[in-house]
Amino acid sequence: LVFTEEDKYGLYSNLLFKYFLAEGVVCGHDLFVASAKEHPDNILKELPAPLLDDTYRKELGDEAVAVKSEDFQDSMKIAWRYQNLPKIEASPTTYTKFGHYYDVSKKMSPELCQSVKWHSFYLHEELSFEPKMKTCNMNIGYARLLQSIQTIISQEGFDGSDPQKKQRNVLRIGIESLGSMLWGDDICCSDTPEDTHSLTKFLYVLRGLLRKSLSACIITMPAHLIQNKAIMERVTNLSDMVVGLESFIGSERETNPLYKDYHGLVHVHQIPRLNSLICDVSDTKDLAFRLKRKLFTIERLHLPPDLSDTVSRTSKQDLAGSAKLLSSGCGAMAIGKKHLDF
Amino acid sequence: QGRFTLLRDTRTDGSFLVHHFLSFYLKAGCKVCFVALLQSFSHYSIVAQKLGVSLAAAKERGQLVFLEGLKSCLDLVFGEEELPGQPSPLQFLSGSTSDLRALFDFVRVSLSPADGDSWKGPVLLVDDLSVLLSLGAAPVAVLDFIHYCRVSVCYQLKGNIVVLVHSNEDSEDEENELVVNSLCHHSDLILWAEGLATGFCKDVHGQIKIIKRLSLRQAAEQDVVQIYQYKIQDRNVTFFARGLSAAVL
Repeated sequence: LVFTEEDKYGLYSNLLFKYFLAEGVVCGHDLFVASAKEHPDNILKELPAPLLDDTYRKELGDEAVAVKSEDFQDSMKIAWRYQNLPKIEASPTTYTKFGHYYDVSKKMSPELCQSVKWHSFYLHEELSFEPKMKTCNMNIGYARLLQSIQTIISQEGFDGSDPQKKQRNVLRIGIESLGSMLWGDDICCSDTPEDTHSLTKFLYVLRGLLRKSLSACIITMPAHLIQNKAIMERVTNLSDMVVGLESFIGSERETNPLYKDYHGLVHVHQIPRLNSLICDVSDTKDLAFRLKRKLFTIERLHLPPDLSDTVSRTSKQDLAGSAKLLSSGCGAMAIGKKHLDF
Repeated sequence: QGRFTLLRDTRTDGSFLVHHFLSFYLKAGCKVCFVALLQSFSHYSIVAQKLGVSLAAAKERGQLVFLEGLKSCLDLVFGEEELPGQPSPLQFLSGSTSDLRALFDFVRVSLSPADGDSWKGPVLLVDDLSVLLSLGAAPVAVLDFIHYCRVSVCYQLKGNIVVLVHSNEDSEDEENELVVNSLCHHSDLILWAEGLATGFCKDVHGQIKIIKRLSLRQAAEQDVVQIYQYKIQDRNVTFFARGLSAAVL
């Protein structure tokens, strides 16, 4: 259960959501799209087109060749301590067969979209149907969504209930803007909502459904609107993976020279620890994203070298202050409030 | 015997302790009732296999009673009307009752000694209690449940209880903090896994505080606190004194 906290204007989380669905189409998985905001048909029309391996390789190949031609074999003379650190690969240059790349400027062709089976749930069309399940005092919209998902899972045999079906496929579920007012839940607009448990009950039942079937789910939620932080803590505990997107639009960080190459930060709050004592922790936790014309990339946040002599002292303090906020991943910058001036 | 152990985690995942206790008690030959609310049976089974215990075999021979919360909840929500003699342990979800009596009855029945049982001491293991609050149980109901379990398992049956809860500093979840603080006061042993204050580190995954609450049983005693750091590996967890991680030495 992948949980994404939306950025303020929902631009980038929307993109991530579409990537998840597009990946499903390319892999031939079945899709289930639920939304209260936009009709799922429209969402599916807007999926990014997959990049065929050769065209992407060609574009990126030129850049990669240029980078590799610099000779890293020269030993470092002043910063010799850093020689032992692995070279930081900022952008994806290894082409593994896991996952695909997408071109954001193009839409996915309708033929490709139609090649998979997809189910949709548009809240405003579904309100007339009565659920056949115990609602357990849950918000009626959530209850209907659960009923719908459960019906699809059992009818299409994702839970292995149909032994006749030889080809077992994966169901990718995408739920957009859960918890927002459009779903009939008031946790986003008041500090003491009427029903604090609807969302968490929904997530628990959903988790049960996901665990007993071959499905994966991504949920986006406008977390910045939720006043009651207790709910967010509980939601985090109930999800496998929690990722927050913080975009720089309209915030003071937009003009911060630290972040000039990026459009926002990616906060990984939790990673799944399934079937194992440990989880796969990467070396660094500072990730930032940027939206280029064709690609949406997530990279390690690396600080630009502080080379300029004309940088005034106040902005140096700011840089150092913000650098302190980042965790130990960025080893290159000195962390501290005082600068030694020579 | 008759001990209540509280597993607590802050800023990190303390579930490795649950896996440890599960395999520990099963290897020791105790009868275990495991109320697993957060993960599926196969998850625990796979990890237990790495630790050298087969959960399926334990279930088969009656040593392990496993309540898979997720599955139980699905049966309750989507299933047919339940038989009057067999209420679902998670009955409080449907809203018909607000207390956790059905859950307690399940625990009590599972751990009551049956004829032909040769297991040493019963054990109740719960992962994790904070989920009950998310599902709509009131903090008082959760505390009542634990109280009834203590009376039944610790005092009457002379067994042990191990419970996992999550907590956070500056948590805004007051109900959770209430439950956690109350349980801390009544625990014999608290194992508190915390993320490091300095942030994420590859070689040291966290620190664990072991608090032996001797003051609970004897008036004049002081609690003993020990702090270690740990690193979790695939089949094992290594503990070491603070600052003496293998990466540093």
